[in-house]
Amino acid sequence: MTVTPASVTRLTLFLLLGGIVQVSAVSQITVFGVSADLAPLLVASAGFIAGSVTGAIVGFSLGLFVDVNLSQTLGVTSLALVAVGYGTGRIRELRDPAHGLAPVAVGAVGTAVAAIIFTLLQFLLGVQAPVSLLLLREILLTIVLNTIIALPVFALMRRVLAPFLPDDPRRRRRRAYTTGGLSPISRA
Amino acid sequence: MHDRAVRRRRAVLVVLVAASLILLTAYFGESSDGRLHSVQRGALSVLSPIQEGASRVLKPFRDLFGWFGDTIDAKDERDKAIAERDALIKERAELLNRLRVAEQKAKLEQTNDARGWDKYAPVEARVITRAANSWYQRMSINKGSDDGVRRGDPVVNGAGLIGKVEETWGGGAAVTLITDPEFGTGGITSGGRENGSVMVAVGAPGDLLFEPVDPDARVRENELIYTAGTTSSREGLESRYPAAIPIGIVTRIDLGDGDLDKRIHVRPVADIKRTDVVQVLTEPHADLEDG
Repeated sequence: MTVTPASVTRLTLFLLLGGIVQVSAVSQITVFGVSADLAPLLVASAGFIAGSVTGAIVGFSLGLFVDVNLSQTLGVTSLALVAVGYGTGRIRELRDPAHGLAPVAVGAVGTAVAAIIFTLLQFLLGVQAPVSLLLLREILLTIVLNTIIALPVFALMRRVLAPFLPDDPRRRRRRAYTTGGLSPISRA
Repeated sequence: MHDRAVRRRRAVLVVLVAASLILLTAYFGESSDGRLHSVQRGALSVLSPIQEGASRVLKPFRDLFGWFGDTIDAKDERDKAIAERDALIKERAELLNRLRVAEQKAKLEQTNDARGWDKYAPVEARVITRAANSWYQRMSINKGSDDGVRRGDPVVNGAGLIGKVEETWGGGAAVTLITDPEFGTGGITSGGRENGSVMVAVGAPGDLLFEPVDPDARVRENELIYTAGTTSSREGLESRYPAAIPIGIVTRIDLGDGDLDKRIHVRPVADIKRTDVVQVLTEPHADLEDG
């Protein structure tokens, strides 16, 4: 991603909006007793689209916003989301998955990783909690809900970041055929 | 060039992880009056008006989606949903929302009259935000220190105890719910008047445990548990909560190897996830002062 004042402002405003929507609306809508969590999805999408450095920075910032907003222990969500942002960014940099459903898998994995790190940190901070079926069910249902809404969140993030991304060669090739350009076969 | 990019990437990761760990350690180690807590309170006081506005703006959408969620959740509400489906969904969601808030307000007023909670100087508040995870069962409300709300004040709805005020700032407060792992209070059973403590069954979201003082206490299913209030006459040992606020109902008793292994499960009487209007009892010791 090209880092310019415009791109930073645009991304910050989008994340701020996402964070407010999460704590003011999404967290209060329950399906099967749990609610979706936009934070890991936003971070995973930023990392997956813009790379590991952007993903990690977005993860830290959004995590801090969530911790401040909900009077939680500062740094817990940041740490979990830094891992998600960096990890999804590295997946993009190393593998560059082109499948249309890749964001769904990345969203699910990102949510699972965030939930696992968050849980581990709680144990490390001294919460004496047995891993009950109810807790596992809640984590699994959150992952399922996030998987369902992963595609639109990724699409929104892509739209926000699109002007600041380098032109994708795959997209350029496709555009050339559809706008009347000659295919390599006919040129030969 | 490539090496520089790799070094930069790793440096960013190390710096962010280190910053998170430093924040976490410092915050965890300091008291609630510490510097980071103050910064957090300051940020909350700036953000809460924005969130209150956002909460109001997003309310119709929340109700619209909440309607779908409730329908999926509760099969027994299906008939009601079918009867009402002819109405426009958005209009219906708005009407239901108004009705729900009005009912909660009416119930709160009715409860105040019936149970005499008026003497505890209740301050009505709206729920602005809620935590989405199982570890922090918290929410924020739109009344704070400017309205007389103080740290530790009990928070109730028409059904019973919701939680206690954890932090306050000018126009809002953070509330720790009774389902938060850090929450605990004294309780008394309605049948045998057995004293004990109510705490969260950690790892089982929404489930509470009642631990009687007397291990041989006879507690039965479906018994109501309510706050014990102040039982000691010693000054300075007042309970945080007034007496006789319903906490929950005994749903199940798991018998262990001995009396000490017995686990008495309690379901909160207040439907915490669907509460929009609450009351903060700003004078919880009014009855002691009267007496």
